[in-house]
This record gives sequence, structure tokens and C-alpha cells, in this order.
Amino acid sequence: MSDASSVAAPVEEVAAPVEEGEPPKRRGASGVLRSMELDPRLFGMLIALAVIWIVFDIWSGGTFLSPRNLWNLSVQTAVVGIMTTGMVLVIVTRNIDLSIGSMLAVIGMFMGLLQAEWLPKWIGFDHPLTWLISLAAGIALGAAIGAFQGSLVAYAGVPAFIVTLGGLLVWRGVAWWMASGRTIAPMDTNFQLLGGGSKGTIGGTWTWILAVVACVGIVLFLVTSRRRRKKFGFNLRPVWADVTIAVVGCAAVLISAWVINSYPMPPALARKYAEDNGIAWPEGGLEIPLGLANPVLILIVVGLVMTFVATRLSFGRYVFAIGGNPEAAELSGIKTRWTIVRVFMVMGILVAIAAAVSTARLNAATSGLGQLAELYVIAAAVIGGTSLAGGIGTIPGAMLGALVAQSLQSGMVLIGVDAPVQDIVVGVVLVFAVALDSLYRRRLT
Amino acid sequence: MTAEVSAEPVQPLVEMRDIRVAFGGVHAVDGVSVDLFPGEVVALVGGNGAGKTTLIKTLSGAHKADSGEIVVNGEPVTISNPRDAQLLGVETIYQTLALADNIDAPSNIFLGREVRTRWRTLDDTAMEDASRKLMGRLNPRFRNFTAPVSSLSGGQRQSVAIARAVHFNARILIMDEPTAALGPAETEQVRDLIRQLKKEGIGIFLISHDIHDVFDLSDRISVMLQGKLVGTVKKSDVTQDEVLAMIIAGKQPGEVTAKDIEQLHL
Repeated sequence: MSDASSVAAPVEEVAAPVEEGEPPKRRGASGVLRSMELDPRLFGMLIALAVIWIVFDIWSGGTFLSPRNLWNLSVQTAVVGIMTTGMVLVIVTRNIDLSIGSMLAVIGMFMGLLQAEWLPKWIGFDHPLTWLISLAAGIALGAAIGAFQGSLVAYAGVPAFIVTLGGLLVWRGVAWWMASGRTIAPMDTNFQLLGGGSKGTIGGTWTWILAVVACVGIVLFLVTSRRRRKKFGFNLRPVWADVTIAVVGCAAVLISAWVINSYPMPPALARKYAEDNGIAWPEGGLEIPLGLANPVLILIVVGLVMTFVATRLSFGRYVFAIGGNPEAAELSGIKTRWTIVRVFMVMGILVAIAAAVSTARLNAATSGLGQLAELYVIAAAVIGGTSLAGGIGTIPGAMLGALVAQSLQSGMVLIGVDAPVQDIVVGVVLVFAVALDSLYRRRLT
Repeated sequence: MTAEVSAEPVQPLVEMRDIRVAFGGVHAVDGVSVDLFPGEVVALVGGNGAGKTTLIKTLSGAHKADSGEIVVNGEPVTISNPRDAQLLGVETIYQTLALADNIDAPSNIFLGREVRTRWRTLDDTAMEDASRKLMGRLNPRFRNFTAPVSSLSGGQRQSVAIARAVHFNARILIMDEPTAALGPAETEQVRDLIRQLKKEGIGIFLISHDIHDVFDLSDRISVMLQGKLVGTVKKSDVTQDEVLAMIIAGKQPGEVTAKDIEQLHL
């Protein structure tokens, strides 16, 4: 690769593109970050996460970074993480959704009733399609509620804070009323797999396959984007930066897979698995990895899809343009109101997916499900660098924010911090994170 | 961009006839008619609140006229939103620039009209490439194609707003105070650009407070006062004082006396 940093100027007839020449050489950590075109705030969050993990690990005498705890942490992050990806878009458009916790309860209750009481009358219990019908109907309901609330915001001009504050009260009440406060259980056998648990995982082999596919994906992405930029004669990242990103990225994926696969099935389950698959059961037992839990797989897929939506589709571009300058977006010919409605619909769909995971994990639907979820989700998005003023936020950042918040909470549980103190710590961290971020942003301008 | 400018009288690009816009009881624009020919710059002048911007917003699709007719290339048209205007080849550079500060220059230039790949995803590389070529023509010193436009200087932001307007083969360009926020060098650059676009056969409505800009760049001058059109004059037929008298006192060039002019200069 001889194209390291000197861009050979392709002579063009039409007003030759401006040559940028050598990018200014920068030394030190910020120079390295700049060369790699990494977001310093995302990087800062990774550092914060590393510090939290290491401190808790030392404090808990090595329990925090055990495969078992990390596996649990990944599952615990899933529900909030899924919804956070949608909340980013809502907040970026200068709106807020306070109703998601109550929506989660309504949709969870709806899916629960559907599979436990309504569908069995028609197709019997544990029909192979029950889980799919329930999930699809729940997603449709989520989209409908989102469209309704979004329309009130976009067309009726009611502030999102008020619409969704109303929603917070209304949907919680509706969830109770749907089954007169009963707890609906159990869920369909297949549906339960969405919630993880010892059966709801993809297994060790598939975890490795997924990790390898992810590595290939990272490398392919870097190579194709490099090739495209070269074709147009844009200046390229130095080769060492691309290689570093590829190596670090792949290493992170493979280490995650290894950690996850280091958490074995409980002996009873492993024994049954061995019998089912005709594997001899040795004296000392077998360590069969559980593999990636389904909720985490769902979170990863949701994260990828939402990142794609936010950065590669016109819709995502419009969302950010509206957040940056609503008037300019309108004058550019963007259908801003319809875009807002769609943002709330996306939020509703994600709440439905989160509701499916929660009810499946709990193996029950209750009207109390998802209480305070809106606050955890908003906190995660904000810790993850989403600006409440609108226009700024990333999906990966918000997911990382969810992981940071969950790590704090799980860590405190692990070392036996009292519940009220946990709340105090999370509250302080939230305010501190935003203060730090606005300080950083003020230094930029 | 290759429209030829012929010497013969040609069909006007735009005719706005008897346009009226009222806000509550206030007649912001009250029965104004203006027109614009290819390769011509028509300056719209008048004091604050004269109704220039409101008039022009009915052409750019930001406002709907209460009554009146807009004819583009001889065809009566209805413009109810910015997209309608864009489809008719009407592009607008707003005084506020109307840029989304949080996204980069190429994204702003193509906002609402993104280049997409076969799979309907955004083709950012193609948009950046087109933006680089465009800027090579408009403002060769412009380099920052990946930073949010909030980090750019006033002149650079203006370049982005202009690039957005000229990229899509505009035939009718509306410029609302294009040099108000610029330094001398950048102002000269915008003036050069206006002359160049004029040569390409584009018709330009220029809203300006700067009488020097107006006399330097325009072919005809339409003066508005309190929502009404005072008159439209050829630049070559009038003096700056006569235009000022129109702006301030609403007097036709013939009516202006030496005394009026004296008063203007008080």
C-alpha cells in the first residue's frame, strides 16, 4: 500500500477538487485519535467504562469481571439498550418520550394476553406460530401508539413532554385495566426463548461463528470505504490507523465471544444437553458454553439496524437536520412533521421489542412492568452523549451509555451497596457526565 | 446552466401578479406585481417591514399567498411548499442561511435531495465528491467537508448556502441579503458569483439594504413601501438619490425635486 498519506492529485478537467495536501501532523493522544477519525467522546466513554469495570472488579475481589457476571451484565443491559437506540432519535429531534415505561407494560400485557388467553382459544397452547404472532402484534401496537403520540406532537403541536407525560399515566392505567391487575403467566414456550435464560441462547459454536462473521464484516467495511475514498481521490486515513482499528475491533469481538463462551451451562442442563446430543458424560462433568443470550443478540441486531437507519438512510439524515435547525429542514423541502411521527413510531416498535424480551425473561406479563424505564433509558442516552438540546447523539454512544449505567448498578449490587445509595450514585453520575460533556463542548467552540 | 441569453425580448422566467399576503389585519404584501427575465438581476429594495421578504417567500414556498398569480415560464403555477418551488427551478438563499449546523457541508448542500445508491442508502462519497467540485468553482479555499457547518466561518457558511442553491440547476435564484454578514473580500466573492450566474442565464431576485450592491449588480430595481410596490425602474434610468426617495418617501423618479433630495441627505 503505497498510498499511505500522499494523495496523488488526479488531474481533472472540471475544476480540480481542492487538494488538501498533508493533514497537519499532530502528536500525542489527540493526534492519534484524529488520525483514526475516532470520536473523542466515544473514546472517553470507553475509558470511563474500563475504569468502572476495573474498580468494581478489585472491590468485589475479582467477581465483577468473571464470565458469569459479564454474561449477566450483557443480558441486563439488553432491555434498556434496545429502547435507548430509539430514544436517541427522539431526543435528537428535540423531543422526549416519557411514556415508554408504561407503553412497555401495555404492550407486554397485550402480548401476554394474546399468547396465554386469546390465541389458545383458536390455535391451542404452544402452537409453533404463537410467539411470532404475539411479537408481530406487539410491534404493530407499539408502532400504532407511537404514531398516535407522534401525530399529536407533530400535527397538533402539543409538546412531546406533555403528550408523553399523559401517555405515562394513560398507558399504565390501560395496562392495569386490560387484565384488572392480574399477572398473566406463563408465556408460550417459544416466546420465552426471547428472554434468554439457560435455554434462550445461541450456543457456543454459533457465538464463535457470529464473532468471526463480525470480524470479516469489520475488515470488509474498512476495505470498501477505503477503496471508495481512493476512487474519488479523497485523502485517506493512514494505513496504520485502519490496521489498528481492524485489529482492535476484531480483538474486542473475539475476546467478548471468548468471555461469553467461558460461562458454562449449569451442570443439570449440561447433562441433559449431553444426553440429548449423544455426548458421553465424563466423571468431572462437562463445560458446555451457553453462548450469547438471545436478548443480547437482539440488542446487537437492533443496534446495527438503528445505526444503519441513523447514518445511511435519508430518514436518519432528516432526523439530525431537524434537530440541528427545524426551520432549515422545513425550507429544504423535508417533510418534518411526518419525520417526527416516524421517529415516535420507531420508538414504539423498539419498546415492543423490549417488552417482548422483558415479559419473556420474567415469563409473565404484569401491569407494573417497566416502571421508571423511561428515566433509565433517557439517562443512558444522555450519559451516552445525546444532547437534550437536540441535533447531537449517536446510537453506539447511547448503547455504551446503557452499558455504563448498567455496569454501575450491577457493580453496586455485587459489592452490596444499599438500594437508596445506588440511586444516589446513578443520579450523581448522570449529572456529572452531562456537566463534563458540556464542559468539553464549550472548549471546542 | 447553458441557457443562452438572446438579445430579443424573451418570455419572463417569473411573473408574480397582484400578490397579496395578510397577517391578521396587516397587509404585509398588498397587490404587488414583479417579473424577472433570464440573465437578469432584479433588486427588491425597501425599508424594514416593506414586505420584500414576505413577497419572495411566496415564490420560494415558505409562505402561501392569499391571492395573486405566479407564472413560471408562461405557465401559471401553484407553490404551496419549498419542494414545489425547487421542482420549478426556484432556489433560495435565506438571510439566515437556513443551514443545519450539526451536519457537514455536503449533507447540507444535498439536504432533502440526497444522492442515493442503488439500495436507496445515502451515497456520502458521491455527495462529498460533488461538493468538492462545486466548491472548487465557488470558493476554492473551502476545505472543510467533514466538520459540522457550525465550525465554519460566516463566509464559508454562506458558500455552503450558495452551493446548495446553485447545484441543482436553478433557473431562478432568490438571494435575501446575501452579503449582510460578510467581510469585504467575501462580499466581493459573492458579487463575482452573481455576475457569473447572470452570464449563465439564471434570473436573480436580489433583496438588499445595500444601495451600492443594488446599483453594482442589478438591471432593474423594484421598490416596495409598506407592502405596496412603489415602482420598478431600470437602473440605467435612475440615480441613487431617486431610488432612495422611492424607498423612503414612495415618490416616483419624476416627482423628486431638489428639495426632496436635500431632505434625504439631512
